[in-house]
Amino acid sequence: MHATLKTILAKSGPFIGLILVIAFFSLPTETREYFLTYNNFKIIFTQTVIVAIGALGMTMIIVSGGIDLSVGSTIALTSVVGALLIQHGWGPVAVLLAVVASGGLIGLLNGSAIAGLRMTPFIITLGTLGVARGSAKWLADNQTVNYDSSPLNSWMTTANPFSHTLPTGVWVALVLALLTSLLLRQTVFGRHIFALGSNEATARLCGIATKRLKILIYVLAGCFFGLAGLFQLSRLRQGDPTVAVGLELDIIASVIIGGASLSGGVGTILGSMIGALIMAVLRNGSQQMGWPTYFQEIIIGLVIIVAVFLDRLRQGRAAS
Amino acid sequence: MTPAVRLRLSGLQKSFGATRALRSVSLAIAPGEVHALIGENGAGKSTLMKILSGAHAADAGTMELSGQHYQPENPHDARLKGVAMIYQELNLALHLTAQENILLGAESTRWGCVDQATSRARAQTALEQLGHGGLALDQKAGDFSIAEQQIIEIARALLLQPQVLIMDEPTSSLTQADTEKLFSTISRLRAQGVSIIYISHFLEECSRIADRYTVLKDGETVGSGAMKEASLDHLVTLMTGREVKDLYPRTPHQPGAVVLAVKTAVLARFAGRNVSSGHGASVQPTCSLEVRAGEIFGLAGLIGAGRTDLLRAIFGLDALARGEVCLIGAPAHAATPRDRWLQGVGFLSENRKEEGLMLNQSIADNLTLTKMNTFGRGGWVQQSRQQRAAQHWVNALRVKCRDSAQTIGELSGGNQQKVALARLLEHPAEIFLLDEPTRGIDVGSKAQIYQLVSELAAAGKAVVIVSSYLPELLGLCDTIGVMCRGELTAIRPCADWSEADIMRAATGST
Repeated sequence: MHATLKTILAKSGPFIGLILVIAFFSLPTETREYFLTYNNFKIIFTQTVIVAIGALGMTMIIVSGGIDLSVGSTIALTSVVGALLIQHGWGPVAVLLAVVASGGLIGLLNGSAIAGLRMTPFIITLGTLGVARGSAKWLADNQTVNYDSSPLNSWMTTANPFSHTLPTGVWVALVLALLTSLLLRQTVFGRHIFALGSNEATARLCGIATKRLKILIYVLAGCFFGLAGLFQLSRLRQGDPTVAVGLELDIIASVIIGGASLSGGVGTILGSMIGALIMAVLRNGSQQMGWPTYFQEIIIGLVIIVAVFLDRLRQGRAAS
Repeated sequence: MTPAVRLRLSGLQKSFGATRALRSVSLAIAPGEVHALIGENGAGKSTLMKILSGAHAADAGTMELSGQHYQPENPHDARLKGVAMIYQELNLALHLTAQENILLGAESTRWGCVDQATSRARAQTALEQLGHGGLALDQKAGDFSIAEQQIIEIARALLLQPQVLIMDEPTSSLTQADTEKLFSTISRLRAQGVSIIYISHFLEECSRIADRYTVLKDGETVGSGAMKEASLDHLVTLMTGREVKDLYPRTPHQPGAVVLAVKTAVLARFAGRNVSSGHGASVQPTCSLEVRAGEIFGLAGLIGAGRTDLLRAIFGLDALARGEVCLIGAPAHAATPRDRWLQGVGFLSENRKEEGLMLNQSIADNLTLTKMNTFGRGGWVQQSRQQRAAQHWVNALRVKCRDSAQTIGELSGGNQQKVALARLLEHPAEIFLLDEPTRGIDVGSKAQIYQLVSELAAAGKAVVIVSSYLPELLGLCDTIGVMCRGELTAIRPCADWSEADIMRAATGST
């Protein structure tokens, strides 16, 4: 019984954090009126979509004991690819598939290099960070890629305050989160990801094809990053090769706040999603408080440190 | 005048939550005495050591050091008061030099800078006290052998002139020859009046080096006395409450057809090291062996002789430089761990923590990792089925845990090892490759693993065991092969071997 209570505490940590952050912004008189309204949360959810979808892929990678620093660049590159294809008259479904596939291709490059050259993911993806960003600028001829209009544009819109439905992007993120969570917990592939991250030597010893598994993880995560790029495109309504600089750090922070361990083998999709929400609520709330952006950055930085520290305390208590 | 008792502990108690780690521990050690502290895993040795070294505080009981009340605030305080500890896992900064390591935390300084001359002299003195004055002080710690690293660690402990030195399993990673050297170091320290608490699972070692012993069981002192007067059987009975003859069961079994053969294999690590063939020519060291169904085949030899290499090569974890491994009824080309599991070969790693287990995952995941895909269709894993399968072995092998969903890192070494072995049983394997299956686990779990191995052979499985503990090989195996410098030199039925024969073959002195 006691043990169950501890497990619940350990698992609900990020959730408690989210409630605290929301409560914090609901109390001051400046924001009380608007902060807790449905419309504001519609905006918060929509602002979470890109980081959340990125965090799905990143959770898989971090649980497997890896890291991907190239996500921001991948998102920029794939959004440029999407914009160019729309310019060429491709339909929305074809664009979607092509953009997701191009994200998967970058994942394939990362995964093959990491597994094949036996180099650390940090170095390889640090390299891809530059390669993808440069390619995006090259493809876009160093300027934004504009197009007339596309059905894609409506996927992330929150423009109509009278519409009560959430934009498509939010639903896509929710459904994918559910599926990825099932994938990680209930499938052989998912359990093998945990095994790989927990102890690669054991995974090899137990007959898991670790190289192939690694490549698969980065490819699948790359597809998620491609999709995030598509929503980035939909949000900006243009392909911008300079967008999403440093976004990978927000994504990694979400996953870590959500309780994943950078040393691998630990992490949940639910946690990462809550982590992504905490980041979005912090941004949104800070804006409404009228805090300058540099102050937001400081707050978010501190929250990451505090979250991981609290997590460690919790883990320590659970272990003893 | 030196007091007759250097360290006296009486009625020590310590609880962690509901667990009573120490119920009542008493112990007395004279100056210049080597005192063996013996007990199964979980008997309370580690807790006792942590209290002595200041990492934990006792709940009740008293400690006296040289007649003075002794209650260290923390490990540093304990060191200053004269109690130093050498842990089983060496604690060296591998990128620093030997000298820097010896003086770590106690550097001689002059105006805030390290005083090289004094530091060097102090490090040198500590090494000479150990009889290793020749150790290169400027060499990086990582470039020394394990045995030399241990000397550096002991030298560090000696720097503050301890009255009591605690050594936790000091020989667990040493070769026979290095163990001998360590023993002469210990004798030297004893002659200098240092009291040594020597903790080891190897009872033979304890009886050789120790003057007196104390046996702990379930957090209590259950016996102590002079080592000379205690037989090994008596000690084991005290530790376990069971007789020694029960340790090696002999379930009758009959070896059948050959199921595994290694033909003139050259291990990759030894490919460049030729041995003399006796005709003046030099050849590469080779290994050949045949293992039958229902046979327990032991591989003896010194650490580093290639026993683990051979086992890993059979399992496809390492490549062979030459030669081949044949499994009867399996394609010859296949040689990855994945193929081996499919062919019914299972491997138990000697290194539970780093290779054998995923410490932060559940018992069930660890136990079923080789066959996740069998617990559901189309790539899905039904966790209920997976946990039921794991629970079966948890019950059958009496693994002490809450349930099969518990994180395996929370279990004791012996229970972890049972789960690691259960992975092979659950798979199920036909050929068991077991590398040091009883290393670092308590006698109770050992007895259970012996029983299990014996039953496996009776059920017609082939078992290959690598072990550094000769009584275990002699007690358990049908056939024993001895390796020396990458070469499998001699294979004979177990009855034709004595411990002395094996040691001679292992050291190449036949």
